[in-house]
Amino acid sequence: MSTQTAPKTKPQIAFFDFTSCEGCQLNKLNLENHLLEILEHVDIVEFREAMDDKADAYDIAFIEGSISTPSCVERIHDIRRRAKILVALGSCAVTGGINAMKNLQPIEDVRETVYGKDKYLFPTLPAMPVSAIVKVDYEIHGCPMSIPEFLVVFKALVMGKQPIKPDSPVCVECKLRENECLYDRGMVCLGPITLSGCDAICPSFGQFCTGCRGLVPDANKNAMLDILTDHGLSLQEAEKRLLLFNSYKQPDTFK
Amino acid sequence: MSKNLDINVHHLTRVEGHGNIVINMKEGRLEKAELQIVEAPRYFEALLKGRSFHEAAIITSRICGICALGHQIASLKATEDALGLEVSEQTILLRKLLVNGATLQSNVLHVYFLVAPDLLNAPSVFPLIPTHKNVILRALRMKRLANDIGDIVSGRAVHPITPVPGGFTHIPTAGELKELRRRLIEEGLPDVVETVKTIKSLAGRIPDFVRETEYISLQDKNEYALYDGEIFSSDTGATAVRNYRDITSEFVVAHSTSKHARHARSSYMVGALARWNNNHNQLTEISLNAAEEMGLKPDCYNPYLNNVAQVVECAHCVEDSIAIIDRLLELGLKNEKPNQTPTKYGVGIGSTEVPRGILFHEYEYDRKGNIVFANCIIPTGQNLANIDDDMKKLVPEIIDKPKKDITKQLEMLVRAYDPCISCSVHLLNVKFINDSED
Repeated sequence: MSTQTAPKTKPQIAFFDFTSCEGCQLNKLNLENHLLEILEHVDIVEFREAMDDKADAYDIAFIEGSISTPSCVERIHDIRRRAKILVALGSCAVTGGINAMKNLQPIEDVRETVYGKDKYLFPTLPAMPVSAIVKVDYEIHGCPMSIPEFLVVFKALVMGKQPIKPDSPVCVECKLRENECLYDRGMVCLGPITLSGCDAICPSFGQFCTGCRGLVPDANKNAMLDILTDHGLSLQEAEKRLLLFNSYKQPDTFK
Repeated sequence: MSKNLDINVHHLTRVEGHGNIVINMKEGRLEKAELQIVEAPRYFEALLKGRSFHEAAIITSRICGICALGHQIASLKATEDALGLEVSEQTILLRKLLVNGATLQSNVLHVYFLVAPDLLNAPSVFPLIPTHKNVILRALRMKRLANDIGDIVSGRAVHPITPVPGGFTHIPTAGELKELRRRLIEEGLPDVVETVKTIKSLAGRIPDFVRETEYISLQDKNEYALYDGEIFSSDTGATAVRNYRDITSEFVVAHSTSKHARHARSSYMVGALARWNNNHNQLTEISLNAAEEMGLKPDCYNPYLNNVAQVVECAHCVEDSIAIIDRLLELGLKNEKPNQTPTKYGVGIGSTEVPRGILFHEYEYDRKGNIVFANCIIPTGQNLANIDDDMKKLVPEIIDKPKKDITKQLEMLVRAYDPCISCSVHLLNVKFINDSED
């Protein structure tokens, strides 16, 4: 009976990994309780980490990782041409993430630190979010990407709807969970200027917000620096903390 | 029968990261057999420079999504060694529980989802869902259990939240641990028994290939070493962790963005099989019975059987997690604050076993608690030279087979190591360069 109502073609989806730890892809495989249900509604046509198959075109392409080498640039253009909808998955793809920290140091120094005299063997570019190279239709933030947010966006796209994007800071979700503020516990936290959507998971487990989801729109960097320095960080330490996951947007682009 | 062979597998599938397998044989002479690592370099050692000890493990966790916990543990141990931070017995027990969870998760993922399709001639696990639904559901249940250890103890299995230098930011409740214990006994142990049966039924399809090499792992006089110990080589015996550079001697090769390593021979192996060869006598009965049933014997020189050793470790991790929880409950959980007051500044080294093998982090801190130097030695990087050496022995032995069979067997060889290319930089794909010879 069930085959009667099933649509003839399910959305063809694919997953691609660029410069990253592949933790976001792993997080999808960690959807153990939902994985088989998800697979009933889509066809995964390309997912190198899990399968041999390749495909020519995709309804939805999920991109994990930053663009950081000349071959990444070629690959992402190629995928964009063949994808109806392109979704950036996780901090590396959305903001450049932790990879972009290397942009803060002279690139020759970075290469030499790791490869010494052999540094010229491996070409590199500044680490960039996917949107620096091609049009990105949707973004799923976080390091790793948040699973609930992935499910919301995934379901919306499969049903042909527009996913809603959060624009409030992590503090809002942290208050909703009735956590004691980490500042009152003598810690410093980037919750006030970091985009919500993670359900304040780190502060809820007693750890400071690292800013992994990127900044809220119109983030007030100077006020954040004031808070951090009022709570014991030097200005230099405060600036470094702010850049942990948000190095791609240079400080002078802050308001 | 001209014995010419060109294989070039571009971006090998079902491995973590980007790698290529390249084989060139001309008139029976093997000119090239290498796993090329083409993962984009990440430059973590440079990223760590100038970063505070509060941030080091947050950053190094991002080296790898699969081994995130292992990188955190090695990082925390290096930082604690450098800054003179003592940790409590409760902290060590909770970390060991996390290591078991991460090892179980990774080994289940690898054996069921990445290796089993080869043994069943499927291109991925997905076509196996309708035909082997109960097996897939069991694998998912085991993965969920393993990840729940991570979620409950560390806040999140991928990029754990609570482990910090000197302890934890959050302690699980006794009720949470009791529930985990119940599931380990009621789901974990029976699922391990069934897993052993499944693998036993497929064991005949694992390629028969033997090449003895040097096996390196941690060794702990008190237990099967996953969290701590000293370095042990099957060739040269024990070495203190502080002398790790004598063992790893890293070097750069042009075909790999991940550095290679060698010690007593041209290459060595790390990972589950090395741990099995070096430390099998410390496993308890359930794990040893599992090994016997699947036909894994001590001093095993077949790298493909690394996957069987991974299943043996699944049994160990479930069993040992129950014992750790019992000990934690017996001690009574204390709401300890992490000890983050440095007693010194300088160089520290942390080593731990991650699913793919022995991992080292070394940091030097200045007097402000910021990193001035960092070095991370990754298991997959250590295995790369060994994989190349395996391929050099294997290709001539199977050269009379059709090219597609040779390619598959090479891909399976690389996969057997469960390479983590993001970690080592990222892994590889194999593609045929020239298809004129078959």
